[in-house]
Amino acid sequence: MQLDRWIAFVILCISLIYGYAAFFTMDELLAPFMRRNPIWPSTFPKILSVLAVVTSFVILFRIERPIEKSSSSDMDLSELKNYKIKEAIILLALMVAYALLLRPAGFLLSTISFLSLGGVVLGERKIYFLIPITALATLIIWYLVQGVLGIFLRPLPFFL
Amino acid sequence: MLEGLLIGLGAAFSFQNIVMVILGCLIGTFIGMLPGLGPMSIIAIMIPVAITIGDPSAALILLAGVYYGAIFGGSTSSILLNAPGVAGTVATSFDGYPMARRGQAGKALTVAAIASFAGGTIGAVLLMIFAPALSTVALLFHSAEYFALMIVGLSAIAAFAGSGNVAKAVLMTLLGLMMATVGEGALFNMPRFTMGLMDLQSGFSFITLAMAMFALPEAIFLVMNPARSVQGGNKNDIKDLRISREEGRQIAPVIGRQSIQGFFIGVLPGAGATIASFLGYAVERNLAPEKEQKEFGKGSIKGLAAPETANNAACTGSFVPLLTLGIPGSGTTAILLGALIALNVTPGPRLMSDSPEIFWAVIVSMYIGNIVLLILNLPLIPYIAKVLTIPRTYLIPFILFFTLMGSYIGQNNSTELLILVGFGVCATILKFADYPLAPLLIGFILGSMLEDNFSRSMQLYDGVGFIFERPMTLGLIILAMVLIVLPSLRSRFSKKIGGDVAEGD
Repeated sequence: MQLDRWIAFVILCISLIYGYAAFFTMDELLAPFMRRNPIWPSTFPKILSVLAVVTSFVILFRIERPIEKSSSSDMDLSELKNYKIKEAIILLALMVAYALLLRPAGFLLSTISFLSLGGVVLGERKIYFLIPITALATLIIWYLVQGVLGIFLRPLPFFL
Repeated sequence: MLEGLLIGLGAAFSFQNIVMVILGCLIGTFIGMLPGLGPMSIIAIMIPVAITIGDPSAALILLAGVYYGAIFGGSTSSILLNAPGVAGTVATSFDGYPMARRGQAGKALTVAAIASFAGGTIGAVLLMIFAPALSTVALLFHSAEYFALMIVGLSAIAAFAGSGNVAKAVLMTLLGLMMATVGEGALFNMPRFTMGLMDLQSGFSFITLAMAMFALPEAIFLVMNPARSVQGGNKNDIKDLRISREEGRQIAPVIGRQSIQGFFIGVLPGAGATIASFLGYAVERNLAPEKEQKEFGKGSIKGLAAPETANNAACTGSFVPLLTLGIPGSGTTAILLGALIALNVTPGPRLMSDSPEIFWAVIVSMYIGNIVLLILNLPLIPYIAKVLTIPRTYLIPFILFFTLMGSYIGQNNSTELLILVGFGVCATILKFADYPLAPLLIGFILGSMLEDNFSRSMQLYDGVGFIFERPMTLGLIILAMVLIVLPSLRSRFSKKIGGDVAEGD
């Protein structure tokens, strides 16, 4: 089964769960006087879930034939093995690490490490250039965010 | 109208706003030049900055400047490197790149700048004429018509964005609408679909979603495919920016025609700059005398002026439905709508009467923006083009960092960053499977408005009767169904789009 049909299947499951919640569990909490209303909190979600289930089936069973590969996207699945997936995953992992470390390690440390490690992952070898440049950029950004935009970012680790 | 213009001039000609326009145009040109980053990503990255400014006119002026700048920057990389950064400027490279190869890079850039300027300015004049008229009509609309109009807008976007895969676009729209129902809505005062998680109580954040849908997948793809971030350097010396009077006479009628055509294509929901530029190119090629037709594709200045004019006029045109109806017709205007809502401004027919200064400031800023692009950016292009020589080892981490920062500043919450990465991965997978992402975001942004209007009509008519009792509503809903069922128009134009381009306009 091709990727787009797998995705349709996943979305079908999501819509079924969503629809189940809309049809069977949401209305239990509804106050009696609200039941006299023509529209309930669940009305719109019910319509959406039915439409989404129908549309996922259309894709899943190829009722609408895709004419040809849509050309507006240049990401080609058949080229997947030529892509540098490892680098992309490492960078994503770095982003997750950044999210987790931003508060405890402070903005400056975490940002400088994120930018430099990102550069290293992408193949930059001149570390003696990389670190000063990222450090300078980080300081400028920190000043812009804190001083100009007025948004607080803790610059230093929690113990300082 | 004159009175409005004066209000706009008064608002736009403050020091702050002028700085905003210039800054926006420069940043837009700068980033728009990088192949692979489209205007949607740039605007998404800029939104947190715009929101912190606090003043809605200034914010909108900044974002609009970024938008034009990005389109202009996209043309620059199309001409210099044959690497369009934006789908809307692919047609520019057909004739712009051959000109640059012939050593006429400077001339090509000037033609592009003049064409963009004329397209944008004429578009702004048309916007000034049509928007007030349309919003007077729109004031007569009831919530039922609004509901139907949004359905039409969403279907049109799906029909256009899907390029033959309408079902996928519809499914994405529905997914966006479903995501909009998560959280505690004002309408019912009860949390829905939060699964008991506190983080979902206020729903998904629009900035995070915009970053995850546009900026992050494009950045990830730059990582995976190094060939995509073309390192051009600056092989073509950019010199001799002048064009002759003869050439000016050649392109003048093209610019006139394409400004108007591009504008009206831009007004249609879902069409936008990409279609306008391809159609403009095709139309001008057919109109040209046979001798000049052969030149098209080999460096014809008419072939360069046509798409450049059309895409800028279309960008301006896409503001019409946003400012008059509050319904965005493209991914970019959807992001602008989200930014406006975050600033407590509700675009729609009442915008012009309730806060005329915003409406007119935006229009005036379009003129200023176009002038800035012409006067400031054109001479600076040789220097700005140096951005193309920044190595990707520096560039990509910074792009990723800006997406992170944008969604962190918006929410001040590091859980948001994890959501961003999660959605970004999903969006990349969706993109691999050719699911269009713009409909998802537009659905998400329109979701709560759609439900509001639907609920109001349901309450007024005590059921779904409103669909059948109001002829206009019924007519619009039938139109929406037709748009979904007969989606053959788009494929004709979209086949021509190819290569290394970011999604959309």
